[in-house]
Amino acid sequence: MDKHSPPTPTDVDEHDSGRAKPRNPLQKLYAAFESPGRRRALHLTILAILIVTPWISSQYTTVILTNALLYVVLCLGLNIVVGYAGLLDLGYAAFFAVGAYTVGILTQQFGVNFWAAIPFALMAAALAGVIIGGPTLRLRSDYLAIVTLGFGEIVRFTARNLEITGGASGLSHIPEPSLFGWHIDSSIDFYYVFVVLAVLAYVASQRLFDSRLGRAWLYVRHDEDAAEAMGINRVATKLAAYVTGAIFGAIGGIFFSVNLGAISPESFSFQQSVLILLAVVLGGMGKIPGVILGAFIVVLGPELLRDFGTLRLLIFAVLLLLIMLFRPSGIWPEKRS
Amino acid sequence: MTWYDSFLQQLVDGLVLGSFYALVALGYTMVFGVIKLLNFAHGDLYMTGAFAGFGGLSLVSGFLGAGWLGIFVAMLLAMLAVGCLGVVIERVAYHPMLGAPRLSILITALAVSLVLQNAALALTGGQYTAFSTDLGFGGISLGNLFLSYNQIVLVAAAAVLMIALELFVSRTLYGRAMRAVSIDKDMCRMMGINVSAVIAVTFFIGSGLAAAAGTMAGAYYGSIWYFMGFLIGLKAFTAAVIGGIGSITGAMLGGLILGLLESFGTHIPFIGSEWKDVFTFSILILVLVFKPTGLLGKSEVERM
Repeated sequence: MDKHSPPTPTDVDEHDSGRAKPRNPLQKLYAAFESPGRRRALHLTILAILIVTPWISSQYTTVILTNALLYVVLCLGLNIVVGYAGLLDLGYAAFFAVGAYTVGILTQQFGVNFWAAIPFALMAAALAGVIIGGPTLRLRSDYLAIVTLGFGEIVRFTARNLEITGGASGLSHIPEPSLFGWHIDSSIDFYYVFVVLAVLAYVASQRLFDSRLGRAWLYVRHDEDAAEAMGINRVATKLAAYVTGAIFGAIGGIFFSVNLGAISPESFSFQQSVLILLAVVLGGMGKIPGVILGAFIVVLGPELLRDFGTLRLLIFAVLLLLIMLFRPSGIWPEKRS
Repeated sequence: MTWYDSFLQQLVDGLVLGSFYALVALGYTMVFGVIKLLNFAHGDLYMTGAFAGFGGLSLVSGFLGAGWLGIFVAMLLAMLAVGCLGVVIERVAYHPMLGAPRLSILITALAVSLVLQNAALALTGGQYTAFSTDLGFGGISLGNLFLSYNQIVLVAAAAVLMIALELFVSRTLYGRAMRAVSIDKDMCRMMGINVSAVIAVTFFIGSGLAAAAGTMAGAYYGSIWYFMGFLIGLKAFTAAVIGGIGSITGAMLGGLILGLLESFGTHIPFIGSEWKDVFTFSILILVLVFKPTGLLGKSEVERM
């Protein structure tokens, strides 16, 4: 960041919202949800809605909601990298792909049990995070962005070119998992699996945010040099964000692959990475409820805009641009910054 | 065909590819030089340039024909139109963000790229558009080596544009101002240089060069589509990084090197053409990791 640059609307906005009382009605609404008691009530309400929904809605709605919950997991993961640590990752779909392909290959081609394959997928994603993050996290943030973009494309091209990944047509007939005799195969079963995953991702994000590591991320994001002077290992802290994000992405990928039963390289394209990033930016980088809101908007929005055809992508792109220009901190901005 | 002929043929292919990369890389490097922004939308300006060239050609082909003259005029029109678009983008999207955190500027640039891409997608329906010309496939044979007129003209045109740019930057008043702005903006303001105007000129030239490359690529390959800018944008960025980002000569050199590397690299055993892009991006990552200043770039003290 340029030290001599004059304060921008963004800076001012962030500082104000950190100290002053909420002013406009929207901020009051957010503040109302942030008191501990109401928060617990809100959590229980949302959980109850999530549990009841598939019983009172169509299968179509259940499938769409499952997808939205998948995005919640992915967006919370990317939020750790972009929102907490302030690193722009344009190849996040790569980790999603690593998780999905590792499980797909192990279960479908080697007959490994699904649950036994999960640790391998997580390790593969963490390894990918270290391989790509280790050497590049010392770079300027815009170099990092382009390197992650290149990395995302490398993963996609590799998946398309290798035989073991099924080439351009990908893997199909990935076996459905079962748990203690419960065969997870219907759309409602998978819906509940994703509810559990989304809740876990939410709790983990919240815990990380409040942890020592979370504060280190905040510090590194704001002033790397000062953070380092205070004894925070800059590269290790960033790498931790990167690897944590990778693991979230892989978890999303693992269950994505068994849910669909088939994966192809095109599920992990640059557009996928952009969509996840859009959700995070839209909702509010670093703000967990904001990011969840963003994930739902990104998944449900296109469903509502289905009539617009190819125009809906343009609408999303313009929306992203407008948000960056007029409300860079997102719909539900993070106060602690 | 002996290995020697095959070598020469790869050389020609590499030069053609490298000319495109170099022209697009120049825009990246110039914009980076003056405002330290990685313009993600640059590849999409190349795409827009191809469509503008296509539109220009259908406009002028009635009385100039779709031969060299028609394409040349269409290219000038595309350069003008996309150059202006570049200036508008800078004014509307980047200018208000110049003091904002780098993450915000990067996401804004990405958003601009998506807007251009999806506008083209919505307009064309995602179909390939045939860029038909009357250029034909004639050429000259030198032994076993075949050089098409298109290839010769294309490389020559790219060379002329690059020499013109080099002269502009090194000899003219605005070129000197551009170099000064890339060194110290605040000092330039104190010396009475209109920094905003210099930035606008930089965007105009960078975008215009991308449009020239886009039109030439459309005429050369014969078809254009909304996503054509994505991959070349990434590769041209790679070229700019190889040459040293911020260095104009470096961008030209990097473009040619990358074109030749790709053309020869795909003929190395075990690296088939399907691994071409993996090969390129690996080069990008290796250069960024081991020599982020590139071949001709200045070492940068500033971090983050």
